[in-house]
Amino acid sequence: MISLTSPVKTRAHDWPAGAKLAGLCAVTCGLFLIQNLVLHAAVFTGVLLLSALPGRAFFFASIRHLRLLAPFIIVIAIWHLWTYDGAMGATIILRMLSAVALANLVTMTTKLTDMIDVIHVLTRPLARFGLRANVLELAIAMVIRLTPVLVDKGTRLSEAWSARSHRHAGWRIILPFTIIALDDADQVAEALRARGGFDA
Amino acid sequence: MEKNVTLIALFAALIAALGLIPPVSLGFGVPITAQTLGVMLCGTVLGAKRGTLAVLLFLLLVAIGLPLLSGGRGGLGVFASPTVGFLIGWPIAAFVIGLIVEKWRGAPLLIVAGVASVLGGIIVMYVFGITGMSVMLDKTLLEAAKIALVYVPGDLLKAGIAAMLTSALATARPASVLSRVDAN
Repeated sequence: MISLTSPVKTRAHDWPAGAKLAGLCAVTCGLFLIQNLVLHAAVFTGVLLLSALPGRAFFFASIRHLRLLAPFIIVIAIWHLWTYDGAMGATIILRMLSAVALANLVTMTTKLTDMIDVIHVLTRPLARFGLRANVLELAIAMVIRLTPVLVDKGTRLSEAWSARSHRHAGWRIILPFTIIALDDADQVAEALRARGGFDA
Repeated sequence: MEKNVTLIALFAALIAALGLIPPVSLGFGVPITAQTLGVMLCGTVLGAKRGTLAVLLFLLLVAIGLPLLSGGRGGLGVFASPTVGFLIGWPIAAFVIGLIVEKWRGAPLLIVAGVASVLGGIIVMYVFGITGMSVMLDKTLLEAAKIALVYVPGDLLKAGIAAMLTSALATARPASVLSRVDAN
């Protein structure tokens, strides 16, 4: 599975992940304190410049990640044109774009392994409540490994369906799909136990 | 222990896999994805505690940069977008759904799971989702609700499917519907 980390290497890839995350939190909170439209426009221009620094490919990738905001931009734009309050609408849209773009920048410049290290540090206090680091790590690895397996099995189920029917399988295959998943879980758990389980 | 962790990881993977089912459009252009169905199933099948953990594990993987949300979305950006409230509501919805299915034993599982999915997967989820939208988009709760309500018909459909699936699963693999099994 491919993580959203950008293959284009930037200087920010080497910065400590924890610092980037803390900075992101601070800036995002800051964005909600600013009410000035010009300032928001300046921030967003700055974010765009930051995204453009590592080159074309990186810039276009970061713009692509903003597409998910399109429906909200449209709704807010129509809403505020309707209420004759364009400046307010523009502020909301720019703030939303800057916040999401900045967060994406952190994701794009941080390796998955660095993120997992941060999780290690953040979840350390939870050890008191019984959360074991090795169990969490294995669970993360299992999700990453099992997702493509499940997707593959789902694809095969829907192929089997379309071989027998001209109608679309849709939700009807979710039941056999879930049963397969549950049976897989049984086998994986058994295999884990056979290898000594979490205490091995 | 191994079984619990495997099931939690597996249901997190199930939410991810359901995200790859292409969204169905409900006639008036609102896309509905199967992912919240996964959240409902976490609650109805795994129960409150394990269901919540499965959803949290899934969100953790999204946050560290895996594109597991429907449409290949992921990373920290989704937690800064207007729909963040729904994501925060996911684990709580799974918890509420799981709790209802665990505690309410007097009625057929189909009805219990359906009511639980509506209460947790729609009411609880929308309370968080609408609050999130109202904060992120600077709207009053009522205004944000108007934007969010287009998704309700799709979610009602998913609650129905979640209920049918849960009761069918209880027949096919009774030992795996942990919300109704007291074993650990």
